[in-house]
Amino acid sequence: MLKIKDLNVSYGQHQVLEKIGLSAVKGEFIGIIGPNGSGKTTLLKTITNVLKPTSGTIMIDGTNIEKMKSNEIAKNVAVVSQVVSINFEFTVKDIVLMGRNPYIKSSESVEDINIANDMMKKTNIHFLKKRLITRLSGGELQRVIIARALTQTPKILLLDEPTSHLDITNQIEILNLVKKASTKGMVVIAVMHDLNLAAYYCNKICLLRDGCLISTGTPRQVLTPSNIEVAFNLPIEVMHNNRTNSLYVMPILEPLNEI
Amino acid sequence: MAKFGKSIIFVLGLLLIIAIITNTAIGSTNISPLITAKILLARYFFIEPTWTSSQEVIITNIRLPRVLLGGFVGAALSTAGCAMQGLLKNPMADPYIIGMSSGAALGASIAFMLLLPVQVTSFVMAVITIFIVYNISIIGGKVPIDTLLLAGIAVGSFLASITSLIIFLAQSPHQIIFWLMGGLWTANWDKVKITAILVTIGIVMLYRYSWKLNVMLLGEEEAQYLGVNVEHVKQYVLVFSALITAAAVSVSGIIGFVGLIIPHIMRILVGPDHRILFPASTLAGAIFLILTDTFARTIMDSVELPVGVVTAMFGAPFFIYLLRKRRDNLYA
Repeated sequence: MLKIKDLNVSYGQHQVLEKIGLSAVKGEFIGIIGPNGSGKTTLLKTITNVLKPTSGTIMIDGTNIEKMKSNEIAKNVAVVSQVVSINFEFTVKDIVLMGRNPYIKSSESVEDINIANDMMKKTNIHFLKKRLITRLSGGELQRVIIARALTQTPKILLLDEPTSHLDITNQIEILNLVKKASTKGMVVIAVMHDLNLAAYYCNKICLLRDGCLISTGTPRQVLTPSNIEVAFNLPIEVMHNNRTNSLYVMPILEPLNEI
Repeated sequence: MAKFGKSIIFVLGLLLIIAIITNTAIGSTNISPLITAKILLARYFFIEPTWTSSQEVIITNIRLPRVLLGGFVGAALSTAGCAMQGLLKNPMADPYIIGMSSGAALGASIAFMLLLPVQVTSFVMAVITIFIVYNISIIGGKVPIDTLLLAGIAVGSFLASITSLIIFLAQSPHQIIFWLMGGLWTANWDKVKITAILVTIGIVMLYRYSWKLNVMLLGEEEAQYLGVNVEHVKQYVLVFSALITAAAVSVSGIIGFVGLIIPHIMRILVGPDHRILFPASTLAGAIFLILTDTFARTIMDSVELPVGVVTAMFGAPFFIYLLRKRRDNLYA
């Protein structure tokens, strides 16, 4: 579905991504991890064609995205950004309906409204429908943004640290939502900082450092002490959680009195 | 909200019709609104005349074109202001913000000095100014909003300084100064027709992009993710805002405040959705300028005030009242 080949991206002189190759098939949940400044967000932006690569190609179902119009891309790829702030008093319903923008010519059809309603129900925000977007909590707002992205009915959903500013309950609820979308065939690519959540939710993890992909594979293959040490410069311990049957990563911390 | 919005539009439309009739009736020669309405309708239907021919001339040849011109100019400035505020996401934005008024003013000054047709010259200069500002602001195929604003201010200041120089050197600078204050003194049917055509085209074209402007309010990057061709929208909205602003300024001079405040008041009233905000601003701008112009031409017996003076004198205190009443963020 998604094929990225030999991708190079630079801001002026400074090369941010180097020779990135990545492919994704239907239903995959891919986590992108790496330290700050390693190029994670840049990679997402390049997949939406908001940033143009210096070389390399990104293909969606065999079509190069550079050849696609912006609304064609938006039909295929939806984005949930890191921090969203909307200062205008739109209702939740208005904002979610904006997800239909790539399909709407002049005004929204009954089908557009049905899809928006459906997604609001799936993300548990239907009761907020008439609420103003400026009056929502962080967790509610993020759910609205996800509902809007799903309303685009994309093949690929990109998330940039979708839960980093949310409490633990909201983190799990939102990731469950996203996971559900991926099991129904959507490709999900999420930039994540919480390695444990990444290990739990992702089928595949990509580890970036200084713009290079240093490891790709299952959580078990990527989240090894040596990989993490190289990328984050931090010693970790990897454990197995029997209950969830996934990995559990702990940084090895010095006793406090030795800092 | 949508229902509320539609009823607001309906009420504003009704008010506009009432404003046109009553304000055509008001003036130094007393003609009742009923007679006025009859005279106006007699243009299209057969009505037994109960009025004198001089009354008819005053209504149809003097007052009506002036009221209509005021309506079109007000509608244009308010709609363009609304578009610019939405596009630039800047509460300070008005139709003049990227230097158009300075361009038009310089055009008018040159026209007065060289005895060229004022309307055409100021229109052309306003359009040229926007063209220059836009092209200065292009960086790597994109037009960053901040650059556009700053380029507009820089070009505007430069042109304003030339206008000042012309005023300083002119034999009789009064004409130019009066023009700069903004007024509808020179209204006639020719001006109404040209303005009506340009303004109607521009406004209809802007309405077509209501939805895209809504999405743009989420931020340029978000809008791009939602499939909006951001640079295209900027270009489109700028072109048609510039068209209607230039059309308005070239017949009325620089009338301030309408394009800044009316869209704000309407946003407070109907919310940020351009599908309702646009028509509300158009209608309210027209009503506001018709009322203030009537005030300007009738308040003193012997002279007419420039309407540009009156708009701010009345609009500003009212707007300050709204600002204080609503303690939230103005632009939310």
